[in-house]
Amino acid sequence: MYNLKLITIREYLAKVRNKSFITMTFVSPVIMVGMFLLIIYLANLNNSKTSTVSILDESGFFIEEFESTHNVEYKDYSNFSKSQAIDSSKQNDFTGLLYIPSFEDEQYPDQNIEFYTNSSPNTDLISTIELKLSHLLTEKKLTDKNIDLAKIQASQTDISLKLENFSGEQTSKLSNYVKMAFGGGAGYLLFMFIIIYGNMVMRSVIEEKTSRIVEIIISSVKPIQLMWGKILGTTFAGLTQFLIWLILGGILLSVASLFLNIDMTALPSSPEQMADADASMRMVQEVIVDIARLPLLTLIISFIIYFIGGYFLYSAIYAAIGAAVDNETDTQQFIFPITIPLMLGIYVGFFSVIGDPHGTVATIFSHIPLTSPVVMLMRIPFGVPLWEVLISIIILFISIFFVAWIGSKIYRVGILMYGKKPTYKEIGKWLKY
Amino acid sequence: MQNLLVTENVSKIYGDYTALNNFSIAVPKQSIFGLLGPNGAGKTTFLRILNQITLPDTGKIYLDGEKLQPKHIAQIGYLPEERGLYKSMKVGEQATYLARLKGLSKHEAQTRLKAWFEKFEIEDWWDKKIQELSKGMAQKIQFIVTVLHEPKLLIFDEPFSGFDPVNAKIIEKEILNLRDKGATILFSTHRMESVEEMCDHIALINKSNKLLDGEISAIKRNYKSNIYQVGIQADNLEILAKKIKEKFEVLPANFKSINQNELQVNIKIPENFTANDLLAFLINLGKVNHFVEVIPSINDIFIKTVSENV
Repeated sequence: MYNLKLITIREYLAKVRNKSFITMTFVSPVIMVGMFLLIIYLANLNNSKTSTVSILDESGFFIEEFESTHNVEYKDYSNFSKSQAIDSSKQNDFTGLLYIPSFEDEQYPDQNIEFYTNSSPNTDLISTIELKLSHLLTEKKLTDKNIDLAKIQASQTDISLKLENFSGEQTSKLSNYVKMAFGGGAGYLLFMFIIIYGNMVMRSVIEEKTSRIVEIIISSVKPIQLMWGKILGTTFAGLTQFLIWLILGGILLSVASLFLNIDMTALPSSPEQMADADASMRMVQEVIVDIARLPLLTLIISFIIYFIGGYFLYSAIYAAIGAAVDNETDTQQFIFPITIPLMLGIYVGFFSVIGDPHGTVATIFSHIPLTSPVVMLMRIPFGVPLWEVLISIIILFISIFFVAWIGSKIYRVGILMYGKKPTYKEIGKWLKY
Repeated sequence: MQNLLVTENVSKIYGDYTALNNFSIAVPKQSIFGLLGPNGAGKTTFLRILNQITLPDTGKIYLDGEKLQPKHIAQIGYLPEERGLYKSMKVGEQATYLARLKGLSKHEAQTRLKAWFEKFEIEDWWDKKIQELSKGMAQKIQFIVTVLHEPKLLIFDEPFSGFDPVNAKIIEKEILNLRDKGATILFSTHRMESVEEMCDHIALINKSNKLLDGEISAIKRNYKSNIYQVGIQADNLEILAKKIKEKFEVLPANFKSINQNELQVNIKIPENFTANDLLAFLINLGKVNHFVEVIPSINDIFIKTVSENV
C-alpha cells in the first residue's frame, strides 16, 4: 500500500508538472471561452447586416404591410415598371426585388409572386418574406369571404398536455429536457474523461517501457501495484485539470460577458420569436423546480460510482494496451475495438434512452459493463428502480476485477516485451504465462 | 563456506519454449558469481526469477536459508540489462523515489545518495534532468540506485555494457569494494574476458541448460590440457624439432619473441609426465627461453563444453 501511494504521487506530480499538461490546463478554457465569444460575435455580426429589398407591388394590397426592421429595409418600387425595377435594384446593389403581380377578384397570385436576387438567396430572408406573404394572403382571402378575423383569432387554441405519472407526480416536456440534460451531461462527461485520461494512462505506460525504467521498478514493486498507481495518479491529475477548467471557465465566461456586455439570455431568440418576459420567467422557475425534484442525492452518488467504475474499467484496458505495444502508432488496432462500446454507449444514450428511457435497448445496455456507466448515468434521472441500478453496479464491479486481472497479466508480461508488434493471438498466450 | 543463494531445479517454460531447464546453482556468501552464456541462453530469465518479476514453473529458491518471498525484495539490488530512467525527472528526485520503493525512508535515501554523489564527484547532477545527461552518466546513476539500499545480494545483468573503459573500471572497483564490505554479487555476461578478472565462481549456461559450475580455479584445473608453450634456441632447428616430435605430441604455437633462430612449439605431455620432466628433457637440447603452461581461457572452456554437449 505504501508503494502504491509512492507510485501514485510520483505519477500525479509527473503529470501535473508536465509542460504540455500545464499549457493544456490553462490554455484550453481560454480557447473554449474565446471560441464561444467568437461564435456570439459572428452571430451578431450576421444579424446586424441589413438587407435591402425593393418591392414592386402591382396589386397595391401588400406594400403597406412591409415595414422595415433593423434586419431588412423595404423600399417601395411600385411606381416602376418591372424591367426598370430589376435594373435599378441591380444598380443599387439591393439584396433582391420582390415582385407581386396585380390580380383580379379571387384570382390570387399564390404561385406568381417572384423574388429576384443576384446572389444566392438568403434562406432566412426568403422564409421571412414567404411567411409574411402567406399570412397576408390568408387574411386577404378570409376578408374577401367576409369572415371576421377577430373571431378567428379569438378561437385559436394552443394545446400543451399536462403530464403526470401514475403516482401523481407532475412532469412536463420541459422536465424531460432537464432530465435529458442532466443524464446526457453526466454520460458525456464520463465519456470524455475516459477518452482523454485513458489515453494518458496508456501513453505513460508506453513511456515507461520506451525509457526502459520499468524493469528497475518492477524489481521493487508488483506490476499490478505499478499499474494501479499509474491509473490513480492519472485520475487525480485528470480531476485536478477538470476542476481548474471548471473554475477557470466559469470565471472567464462571467468576466468576458461583463466586459463585452453580452446579454446571454437574449441570445438564442430573435425578436420575432421572443416570447414575452413573463413566460420565460415562468420557464426558468419551472426548470429550477424540476431540478429540485430530481433525485439529486441518488444522482450524485450513482454518478460517482459509475464514474469511478467506468473509468477504472477502461483505464485497466488502456494500461494493458500500453504494456503490450512499443510505441503509440501500434496502439490503433487495439484502441479501435474498445472505442466501439464507448461510442455505442453514447449513441444508445442519446437516441434510445432519450426516446424511451426504460425500453428494452436502454435497459440491456445499462447492464452491459462496457456501456453501462454511460447509459445508466443517462437513464437515472428518469427514475430507475434501485435494484436495477444495484445489479448493474454489481456486474460492473465484477467486470472491473476480471478485466483488471486480465489487464495486469497482459501488463506483467507486456512491459518486458520489446521489439515486436504483438498480435491478439500472442497476447492470448501471455495470459497463460 | 555458507551459501547466500541456492536454487534447485528451477524451470521456466513459455508456451512450447523452454527458457530455463532444471537450473541449480549455489552462490557462496561474499563471492562474485558470474553467469556466463551466449545471448538467449536464459540468463535474464533466471535473473528475473530471482527478482520475483517472473515466477518459475518449478523449482525452489532460497535466500540466506529462507524460501524466497516478497519481503526479500528489499535485500536484493537489481541492475537489469534493459535499463533506463524517467527522462524528464530530476536526477536527485528520481533516485530518491527509486530508493524509497526499496523501503528506505526519504531522509535516509537522500543522505546516502549525497554520499555516493560526492564519491563519484557528480554533486552538480542532482537537479539535472536525465535527458540532459549522457548514457554513461545515466548508467552511473542506475548503479548507485541499485546498491543504495545496501542489499545482501546484488544482481547485475551485463553491468559493463554501455560504459567506456574508464567508467567500467570505476564500476568494477566499486563492485569489488561492495563484495569486501559483505555483499554477494551475481552477474551475467556474454563477454567471457570480463569474468576471468573478477569472478570467484561461475556457471556456464547455454540453450536453457546449465553446462557446468563451480570455483573458477577448480574449473580451469579440470580443463587442464597438459600443454606447454615452449621457445628453444638451437643450432639446427630441424634436428631439434625432430627430436621433440619423436618423444611428444607437438602442436603449432605462435607467440612474440625477441630471439632469433628460435623454435616455437606447443608440447602436450602424457599423464605420467610433469612439467619438470619436460623441462629436464628440453634443457639438454638447447637454450630454453620460454616455458609456459597453457591454461584454457573461460572462452575456450565454454566453446569446448558447448561442442561436447551437442
